[in-house]
Amino acid sequence: MKPTGAQSPRDHADPVDLNPAAATASANGGSARSRKSGRRVNASMVIGAGLVVLIVALALVSFVWTPYDANAIDPAARLQNGSLAHPFGTDTFGRDTLTWVMVGARITLLVGVVAVGIALLIGTPIGIISALFAKQPWGIWIDSVIMRANDILLAFPALLLAIIFAAVYSPGTGPAMVAVGIAAIPGFARVARSGTLQVLGTEYVRAARASNRRIPAIAVVHVLPNIAGMVIVQASVAFAISVLAEAGLSFLGLGTQAPTPSWGRMLQESQQYLSTHPELALWPGVFIALAVLGFNLLGDGLRDRFDPKMEARGA
Amino acid sequence: MPENLLEVRDLTITPAGTQTPVLHDVSLSLASGERVGLIGESGSGKSLTAQSVMGLLPEELHTRGRVHLQGHSGNLLDAKETTLAGMRSDIVSMVFQEPMSALNPLMRIGDQIAEVLRIHGKVPRAQIPTRVRDLLRDVHMPDPDSARFAYPHQMSGGQRQRVMLAIALANSPRLLICDEPTTALDVTVQKRMLDLIAERVSDVEAGLLFITHDLAVVAGICDRVIVMYRGRIVETGSVDEIFTAPQHEYTRGLLASSDLDATDERGRLFTLKTALAYSGPRLDKAASSAEPVEPGDSVDGTASVTDDDGTASVRESAPLIDVSDVTRVFRGRGLFGRRRSDVTALGGIDFAVSTGARLGIVGESGSGKSTLLNILSGLDRPTTGHVRVGDIRVEAASSQALRRLRERLQIVFQDPFASLDPRMRIADIVAEPLIAAGIDKDERDARVMEMITAVDLDADSLRRYPHQFSGGQRQRISIARALVTKPQILVADETVSALDVSVRAQVLNLLTDLVDEYALTLLFVSHDLGVVKHLCSDVIVMKAGQIVESGATEDIYANPQEEYTRSLIAATPSLAEALAAG
Repeated sequence: MKPTGAQSPRDHADPVDLNPAAATASANGGSARSRKSGRRVNASMVIGAGLVVLIVALALVSFVWTPYDANAIDPAARLQNGSLAHPFGTDTFGRDTLTWVMVGARITLLVGVVAVGIALLIGTPIGIISALFAKQPWGIWIDSVIMRANDILLAFPALLLAIIFAAVYSPGTGPAMVAVGIAAIPGFARVARSGTLQVLGTEYVRAARASNRRIPAIAVVHVLPNIAGMVIVQASVAFAISVLAEAGLSFLGLGTQAPTPSWGRMLQESQQYLSTHPELALWPGVFIALAVLGFNLLGDGLRDRFDPKMEARGA
Repeated sequence: MPENLLEVRDLTITPAGTQTPVLHDVSLSLASGERVGLIGESGSGKSLTAQSVMGLLPEELHTRGRVHLQGHSGNLLDAKETTLAGMRSDIVSMVFQEPMSALNPLMRIGDQIAEVLRIHGKVPRAQIPTRVRDLLRDVHMPDPDSARFAYPHQMSGGQRQRVMLAIALANSPRLLICDEPTTALDVTVQKRMLDLIAERVSDVEAGLLFITHDLAVVAGICDRVIVMYRGRIVETGSVDEIFTAPQHEYTRGLLASSDLDATDERGRLFTLKTALAYSGPRLDKAASSAEPVEPGDSVDGTASVTDDDGTASVRESAPLIDVSDVTRVFRGRGLFGRRRSDVTALGGIDFAVSTGARLGIVGESGSGKSTLLNILSGLDRPTTGHVRVGDIRVEAASSQALRRLRERLQIVFQDPFASLDPRMRIADIVAEPLIAAGIDKDERDARVMEMITAVDLDADSLRRYPHQFSGGQRQRISIARALVTKPQILVADETVSALDVSVRAQVLNLLTDLVDEYALTLLFVSHDLGVVKHLCSDVIVMKAGQIVESGATEDIYANPQEEYTRSLIAATPSLAEALAAG
């Protein structure tokens, strides 16, 4: 706890420089990693971001243009293999698979955004509030109650929640999204709580307290910006899980309903032709995998950028 | 070049992606058994130089030049990792700055020492345990037989640094590199550690490259000194030459600013700037007289004005801060509530501070200084006892009273890197206490501007983020934040202990100026007696949660009553004494 210097100069704009601020960190041994994560373009992040951009582009283009109308049935051209007219082939009703993949990306992203949005907007404040109570001598039990409730929620898999929702309401994209979102709340709450505890232990929060800042102000001014990185990482990982969950639910008939195109529904419909036309399962499968991979890699890359442990540990 | 143990020629290091080298044509040599001090402030490139000898440079730095080590032909900069790995510990070893993080927390220390021996295979396996014990004994580890089985967390910082030294010397290297090995230690521990390093190095007849920013430390341990500044070697010479007749102006400035006994006409410490202007010859005199210099002896005694002022302003009226019989006990919390052992951080503290006084609180880490500060500032509550600040009873204060307290009492924290929110602009950081006090935007901006100017930063800084500033600048920002609400009491918690010597002088002068200007009552907590002596009119010496001695600073220094105080004073490295002894 003595003068070690360079505790956490985050995000060096220019780590090696005659500017003593930055040079202090670089002179102290262990900053090699900080330079790597801070400066070098991170491969997993580039690949991840590329895949995510691809999926988003597919979805956006599908609003403006698709090769065919998604629900145009063409019995003459059913179950075709890939060709110039239908690059990914056609399904049992003669619908163009490429068109379906493009339009299906919309649902995938919608579910991801809504589910992650629900989890983030509910889970993060819960985590922060819980951590704030944990720091008060009289509030430890409130923190315990919140976190144990959180653990209980964590015990429910997204699929189970979705089945319950589908049983109570009618199966559909909406209930599926909400179910997946609720199931992702505990993750955000935990990340936000641990991040908040970390930030609350720092000297700049002590300084803020010593200068009479009230706790809600500290939470907004100091805690939120400093845990934003962790929460963004969590969001990208949760996004990948949501994509997978949506596909699974639609596959089981609990998610997106006909006639809306969705990758999960494509998989389901391709089942009976698996032995004769495996490519019908292949294309939605590939895109689900790409989307999940993309968001996961993006999450990894972002973690390397944001995680304080991976960053400038100067001393 | 067989005659020299280490030979560095024209070493230039450039970070990837830039054209500006961080190290320019550094050349140095070190003969067998020679002890060389490498001095410079943070960012001067001294650690980079050492790392390039060890082959530990980060990959994205481009190096040019030659590094030769006796017993290895060819340029070390081009050597393969396997070659380097074989040499480390066998030929050249290193002790790092931070003993808390340099040891593996999950391994017994005996195993960590044995690991080095095993890897290099110089010692037969059967003899390793004996050798480990010998090594621990050589670094004066208490009870070397059982110390082997201890984990790092069971040891103090000084003990861990001893273990690091034992590891570094395990394979009898010919060159030992110490990178600020004592910066993180208390003064008393530092003294012992330095003696130990000197002793061990001469025992095993190794060369020593000692990196530090503290001149006094180097004077005691090294034969020769190399001064680095901004990636260049500016001066080389024997300890006597450098300290009595420095040639380069930077060296002169460094000497001036590390001498806490010498002050200029205004009673301020010399900084790099003022040293260039005023003090070359006077410093020579100061250093060569080889005894503590009376403040301002060459400027008609005006320099001691500060101290007199401080003492004079201790008035008869009721004290501003009154601490009586304060204790603070931390409950040990065992697993499932079992095994509770209480830790008494403060055991019955009594003292009073008058308005305008400057009180130094001195003690080693663990003496309860920080706990006391937390209680004074209402961040923590005493277990028993009373604390009064002005008319506020702190131990029983409502949250409103605490708010009033904090408007009067502000803190500057120790670690300039941790005490500023990395995601906030300087303007927002400094304005934060004002926002809390509910002051409107226009006035806020004006006050922030005023404070930023008062701490000698330009208005441009307001738009920038903390990581763009150096340690000293960040401490200025911290001071600006603390003073922006115009408090009556300023509490400085080890405010300068993380700073370079040259920067330390500047920040101390700034503190002195501001304390005068705003008529502040100052509580200055430090483990560095030199700093306290310069700054404070009264001093309290703390040990293990108790006040062992208190009184006027000059009395305590001239005539310490307690053994502990004496040992603290003796352990504080001072240029003059180190030179006299060497």
